[in-house]
Amino acid sequence: MLKLPIYLDHNATTPMDPRVLEAMIPYFVENFGNAASRNHSFGWQAEEAVDYAREQVAQLIGADPKEIIFTSGATEGDNLGIKGVYEMYASKGNHIITCTTEHKAVLDTCKHLEKLGAEVTYLEVQPDGLIDLKQLEAAMKPTTILVAIMYANNEIGVIQPVKEIGAIAKKHGALFFTDAVQAVGKIPVDVIADGIDIMAFTAHKMYGPKGVGALYVRRKNPRVKVTAQVDGGGHERGMRSGTLNVPGIVGFGKACELARLEMAADTERISKLRDKLENALKVIDESYVNGNPAHRLPHVSNISFKYVEGEGLMMGFNKDIALSSGSACTSASLEPSYVLKALGLGDDLAHSSLRFGLGRYTTEEQIDFTIKAVTDTVLKLREMSPLWEMFKEGIDIDAIQWAHH
Amino acid sequence: MAYSDKVIDHYSNPKNVGTLDKGSKSVGTGLVGAPECGDVMRLQIQVDEATGVITDAKFKTFGCGSAIASSSLATEWLKGKTIDEAVKIDNMDLVEELNLPPVKIHCSVLAEDAIKAAINDFRVKNGLAELVFEQSHV
Repeated sequence: MLKLPIYLDHNATTPMDPRVLEAMIPYFVENFGNAASRNHSFGWQAEEAVDYAREQVAQLIGADPKEIIFTSGATEGDNLGIKGVYEMYASKGNHIITCTTEHKAVLDTCKHLEKLGAEVTYLEVQPDGLIDLKQLEAAMKPTTILVAIMYANNEIGVIQPVKEIGAIAKKHGALFFTDAVQAVGKIPVDVIADGIDIMAFTAHKMYGPKGVGALYVRRKNPRVKVTAQVDGGGHERGMRSGTLNVPGIVGFGKACELARLEMAADTERISKLRDKLENALKVIDESYVNGNPAHRLPHVSNISFKYVEGEGLMMGFNKDIALSSGSACTSASLEPSYVLKALGLGDDLAHSSLRFGLGRYTTEEQIDFTIKAVTDTVLKLREMSPLWEMFKEGIDIDAIQWAHH
Repeated sequence: MAYSDKVIDHYSNPKNVGTLDKGSKSVGTGLVGAPECGDVMRLQIQVDEATGVITDAKFKTFGCGSAIASSSLATEWLKGKTIDEAVKIDNMDLVEELNLPPVKIHCSVLAEDAIKAAINDFRVKNGLAELVFEQSHV
């Protein structure tokens, strides 16, 4: 029996794996110690658990455990990574390069730094969502201290050419920071091979608990330092003070271990389901897959169904299927997704998009149900859409002078 | 955000979806909104030229559930009204009837604008001056 509703919003968050919960449970009531308590067994036990988790996390990304700084999540990691470099390397320069499709945690951090005197270059992306490496190279200056480009995009799933970006940054003596929230645990990420200096990621996007994440900070070639943004007891090698979230960290470690062991099998299964879904929905007239299909996360598909509006579309099945739309009809601004607009999509296509995010527990039955529900709703709403009627009559909708509200 | 039952009902079973002959002198067509704003509404009225009574109304809407519901309800209300009565339909009446939240008030504004645009289209076709309307409640 198909259980409803179906969750297809795994880029927003993932359910916790029961094995993760199991690993965490002893660290709430029984082993509740503070990992910083150095002189009794409660503290030792907690410290040991954190050390073990630190190894599990480091192993997933090919890092040394000493290079893992635990945080409250990727927003904090983005802030610490970028602001921390800006402060630490102020004597070297003030120029940061990022791109327009970054998460708000990166963009708003950069905007904040601009007010403090930073010079920020926002690279445009190409229509497939990838940055142009020549543009990156051309943007590098002697004052460039940081290149902040995400590993994989949260809305369209495209994977940036991370190795090449890392190499360009290195060649010009700048550090490479990447927000890898959507990538870590889903695809192989190796900080050495990828040439990453600083990387933010989080547990809740990979079947771990919310409220815990990590910042990878390279210790060799080069040794990177970031200025702490939270001051206090000097935890995490002085880079992030605050009592460690021991159960969260234990869960994060377990989630990383499971991801490392099961990633290949998960990816194979999930990407097949994603392809099935995408191929079936592409059959619908005037539907377009957004983002580079070859350089993309295995579990994401972002599709625009022209002439129907995303929120209206979701209403057709949102009691049964949970997913996201690039339309922002509920927000006060009425602005559609800035990521889709950055690809050069017209606002109409951006308003017409749905993001499907599959996960570890997605089944073929759920995908079959989704294909039917989405197809039926698109066809029904097109019958109701004046734009579809005009399109069918051969009227050029872009040539109409619309009265703006 | 949860939709009201009335919005869901109009969305699931929209009333009066369709197209009237926009070339006909007795049909008024209002097309408002813009694709880049995520809402386009087309509302049409069929008017009995002798009595000024709206005998039929049809809509097609590209937009969210609230926009669809607003236009569906508007067509319901239009049928049987005279042009003079139809002009008085206020967007806040739609808001109240559909229980629209503040972020969706613009959907009702669009429906009111569509009604007025359809009426003016009918008037112009029949040699009458366009009515000038005040800004509706946003």
